[in-house]
Amino acid sequence: MSISLPRWLLLPAGLAAAYLLLPLVAMVLRVDWPGFLGLVTSPSARDALWLSLRTGAVSTLVCVLLGVPLATVLARTRFPGQGLLRSLVLLPLVIPPVVGGIALLYTFGRRGLLGGTLEALGVEVAFSTVAVVMAQVFVAMPFLVVSTEGALRTAGERYEVVAATLGASPSTVFRRVTLPTVLPGLLSGTVLAFARSLGEFGATITFAGSLQGTTATLPIQIYLERVDDPDAAVALSLVLVLVAVLVIGLTWQNPVARRRRAPA
Amino acid sequence: MRARTAPRSARHTSPRGGPALAGLAVLGVLATSLTGCGGEENEDTTLTVFAAASLQDTFTEIADEFEAEHADVDVRLNFDGSSGLAEQIQGGAPADVFASADTQTMDTLVADDLVESPEPFATNTLEIAVPPDNPAGIATFADLAGPDVRLVICAPEVPCGHATAQVASDAGVTLAPVSEEQSVTDVLGKVTTGEADAGLVYVTDVTAAGEDVQGIPFEESKDVVNTYPIAPVTDSEHGDLAAEFVTMVRSDAGRQVLTEAGFGTP
Repeated sequence: MSISLPRWLLLPAGLAAAYLLLPLVAMVLRVDWPGFLGLVTSPSARDALWLSLRTGAVSTLVCVLLGVPLATVLARTRFPGQGLLRSLVLLPLVIPPVVGGIALLYTFGRRGLLGGTLEALGVEVAFSTVAVVMAQVFVAMPFLVVSTEGALRTAGERYEVVAATLGASPSTVFRRVTLPTVLPGLLSGTVLAFARSLGEFGATITFAGSLQGTTATLPIQIYLERVDDPDAAVALSLVLVLVAVLVIGLTWQNPVARRRRAPA
Repeated sequence: MRARTAPRSARHTSPRGGPALAGLAVLGVLATSLTGCGGEENEDTTLTVFAAASLQDTFTEIADEFEAEHADVDVRLNFDGSSGLAEQIQGGAPADVFASADTQTMDTLVADDLVESPEPFATNTLEIAVPPDNPAGIATFADLAGPDVRLVICAPEVPCGHATAQVASDAGVTLAPVSEEQSVTDVLGKVTTGEADAGLVYVTDVTAAGEDVQGIPFEESKDVVNTYPIAPVTDSEHGDLAAEFVTMVRSDAGRQVLTEAGFGTP
């Protein structure tokens, strides 16, 4: 405790924490424990979990491969319209995912902007697992871009300039200096992107549809079961919460701890 | 060091306190507006009707007529999937009338003594919906099983999916959909955007969609008829009005509105 906080802050802070945690507690209390294992290992549940993990991993990879270069360009170069581009790139963070799904539909759908071109190439994305990944990349990429760009700006260009004056080529600087310095930010961005991909629902249901093993990811399966079998829905929800906690706990802990220790 | 940083941090906290206080103020306003409902009841009675999503157009019209006949009554409509609405009523939502899209959902509320003597007021059957240009050339129910047909249906977990599965098994046709949607409106959406070649929806959905889709009736649908029941909610504070609303829905005037939308008579 280096600074003293005003005491009255504690009440709203406690309310906020309780408001965020109480629903999770309520859900855990509602779980049908004797039937839990059976519910989460049913064929449809296993298909949904496996599909979510696979698509989440692929979309996170795509986010890293495309998002890191975009973040670097936004953080390290100057060009007209850059501010506007940055705002627009972050738009998926703010717009409802359903709207994102509709936008994807009008772009890559059969009658969309690129639909005719894709069909001519023999590529059909609608109702496929590829569509699920595309929806996830659309909503998750901004998370990665934001945190990587933030890390790049905080790190500054000093080391890169020094490396360049010592004769390193731009590619070497990017690989050996830029990337390692922003690794913590990049890691937390990657975790966020993965978590967002796992949780993606609105854009997927609008753009990709829902079919067991192909497009019915865990959130979609939960939404479906909620009507017919609330016990299964709660059990699957808990699985998703556990996966999220696991992912964040394993990867997130390190950069935060490192950053906190750094100034000392 | 502390003395120097203190005023700076004080300056920082005041603008931060702004949004926090504004948030509390919003909560306060919300709370007053929520409790405010009680006060209004003295002047204007509010009748709350929970109705299946497919009844949106018809019940809005019927509610307007009901309000015209009862000058001091305000009808509040809540449309959603029947199972979702039933869940809300089980959770204590303040409903006076419940109209469900299937008897199963209504029966669960009857079993819990939450509604009184439901009565059927409309029926609905399935119809094939295709984009206006019918790209896959669908003409019969059996055509839906074609290898290159992108078919979208309701998931077996929801009422329209039950009906779809039953029609398919009665007709001896194995459907291979590209997507099993959560609701009939989701199915319709995939057809109106042209993503799907065909979808199985209710007759009334095809009517409501107008020129965005083409409806193809099929013989096999006649054997699977979905019945819509309506009932006053047991705990309603306006039991008489709720009963009157039910009567209105089942009256000739109500039936006419429903028939125009494509509903059948039970």
